[in-house]
Amino acid sequence: MGLGERSFDVAVDPELKIELGKQGIFVTTIQELYNWGRKSSVWPMQFGLACCAIEMIATTMARYDLARFGAEVFRPSPRQADLMIVSGTVTKKMAPQVVRLYNQMAEPRYVIAMGACAISGGPFKQGYNVLKGIDRYIPVDVHIPGCPPRPEALLQAFMTLQKKIDEQSLTGENRPRYLNVDAPGEFPVPEQGEHDLVPASNPNVWTVPVVIR
Amino acid sequence: MPPMTSSPYFSLAILFFGALGFGLAPLGLAWLWAHTFAPPKPNAIKNAIYECGLESKGDAWVQFRSGYYLYAIIFLIFDVETVFLLPFAVAFTGLTAGACLAMLVFVLLLVEGLAWAWAKGVLTWQ
Repeated sequence: MGLGERSFDVAVDPELKIELGKQGIFVTTIQELYNWGRKSSVWPMQFGLACCAIEMIATTMARYDLARFGAEVFRPSPRQADLMIVSGTVTKKMAPQVVRLYNQMAEPRYVIAMGACAISGGPFKQGYNVLKGIDRYIPVDVHIPGCPPRPEALLQAFMTLQKKIDEQSLTGENRPRYLNVDAPGEFPVPEQGEHDLVPASNPNVWTVPVVIR
Repeated sequence: MPPMTSSPYFSLAILFFGALGFGLAPLGLAWLWAHTFAPPKPNAIKNAIYECGLESKGDAWVQFRSGYYLYAIIFLIFDVETVFLLPFAVAFTGLTAGACLAMLVFVLLLVEGLAWAWAKGVLTWQ
């Protein structure tokens, strides 16, 4: 398979599908319907960590109108949400709570790491008390750089996530983690150690980058 | 015996089963979908009580001190009684003797509570 091709087996030849569409016949698959339904109603979890949260709130308001993407329903409970927007600085004090909330969300669940702090620690990277990126503990789907990112950037992340959801397959080797029986469903919650969080990262989702000098 | 379809309730029965199917079919489809595609992966963290990300401490079934009964009495006297007193006053001239007596018994019960609370010193500002 080439780079441009979709990674799952297509039931209908795309060109035939377009041709049929021109004749007024629309064909689809259960997988496409399912993905269309899910990507059109992503429910984010209602929690903000720092200044990025203000931009997130602005995104939901009338000017930027997140409702266009079917994602205006911010749920105050992880049981009802399927998207976690890590909007802001994750301190080491807060990290266990964030990871626990992620664990308590129902599958399928997605994560957008919003802003420099959430993706890398940002301006506080050299500090002793800030986690250097939430992707050390939970799998992040979309990273947004910026300090803070503008609402347009968050909308871009939403569209990227929707594209990602749209391309997920229900069966086969490339199916996402939550559909795989053998893939883990639990992500260990770190604890406060003597000097740092223990463990410092989850090796299943993040590997320590090798510095080549 | 006339046929069942001629019964005036026949259309209602049809509607009832239609409504039942309308509610149950999505549930059944969702169950079937989850059964076919999504493997359940419960774990201790996921099934834990949701406490905004914090670990819950202790039991949710806490008992309140029985000493709070005085507040309950005061609430009944000054809040709930007023709700009944207003319609009582409005309809007073049209009431029968029995209804008036019943209402007076009710008020007397609450006045007893007031006297009890007063004797306990609840009304004294400390």
